[in-house]
Amino acid sequence: MRTLDQTTQEVVDLAAKHFNVAVGTLAPSDDFFKKLGIDSLQALELLSRLENHFGIELPDYEVQGVSDFRTLAERIQSRL
Amino acid sequence: MKSFSGKALRWEWRDGVVELTLDRAPANEIGTAMLADLEQFAAAIKSLEADTSACIISSAQKRGFSAGADLRELYHGAIALPGKERNAGVRDFVERSHAVANAIDAASFVTIAAVHGVCFGGGLELALTCDVIVADKMARFAFPELRLGLIPGFGGIPRLKRDLGNAFVRDLLLTGRSVNATRAQAVGLVAQLAGEGEALKVARATAAQIAKFDATTRAIAKKFLKPIPYAELKQEIEIFCELFARPAVLAALKKFVESTDAMPYLP
Repeated sequence: MRTLDQTTQEVVDLAAKHFNVAVGTLAPSDDFFKKLGIDSLQALELLSRLENHFGIELPDYEVQGVSDFRTLAERIQSRL
Repeated sequence: MKSFSGKALRWEWRDGVVELTLDRAPANEIGTAMLADLEQFAAAIKSLEADTSACIISSAQKRGFSAGADLRELYHGAIALPGKERNAGVRDFVERSHAVANAIDAASFVTIAAVHGVCFGGGLELALTCDVIVADKMARFAFPELRLGLIPGFGGIPRLKRDLGNAFVRDLLLTGRSVNATRAQAVGLVAQLAGEGEALKVARATAAQIAKFDATTRAIAKKFLKPIPYAELKQEIEIFCELFARPAVLAALKKFVESTDAMPYLP
């Protein structure tokens, strides 16, 4: 089973790939809305990718108010 | 009318298949422009039926099929009118939307929604009027109306109940959450999954298969397979209009409209 650190790294990698930014520029504590310059609907695109990648369902209300990669990873971790 | 180009959508008939493309930035929100164009299509259905085997509804907007009702237009239109006129205006819009949805639902040709990205609220209601939903694996589906103090108002609940198990319907509606295409297929909302960006291609292949069969048989089978819940649809209109009259709804719309997010998502 993945550790939280592994999950966090995978979340960061997926976000970087989806939004076409260099992985090294993203940190787990980054606010992904501000860092990636995305809005709520684009965040849902990322959610779909994360759900497909991790094989989980993550209700969007569970990630309401979440804006950093680490906390997002924690939500995912609880569904693994 | 074999082809049409409006402010919010266009369609083109070719070799027995109509391709209707929703195309109003940013996400095919359903407001007065989209409704007016959809009414044009609804009016054209009878003339198209004789030599059409299938109609594919898809979107040219990157964000998705449709994000649902144009909440900004709805809010600004509503606050410009005093209570009684506001409620009458909303009722008129909802009744016109139902007439369009019922016309598409009852068309004798097979209707296929080719969905990518967001398919929310009124957008999902439009997809639900179709016989087959083909979804790109990155598509998402939601009925977020309860988040605004409303229920879906364009025929979504009766159609969703027609198609799916009630447990999932309750989850979807009562949480207002969105679900991905894989889950949507697992519960039977989506008939076929396509790769990212491939929904229209898959829909075209589906339409080509459908075109092989006898038109009369197809029309009769479709009517038998997919009864339209007219009584429940009328009930939905009444419930929606009753809810819309509550102050909490305008307050929720105001909050949505005043959000500084480019594409605000509901709570």
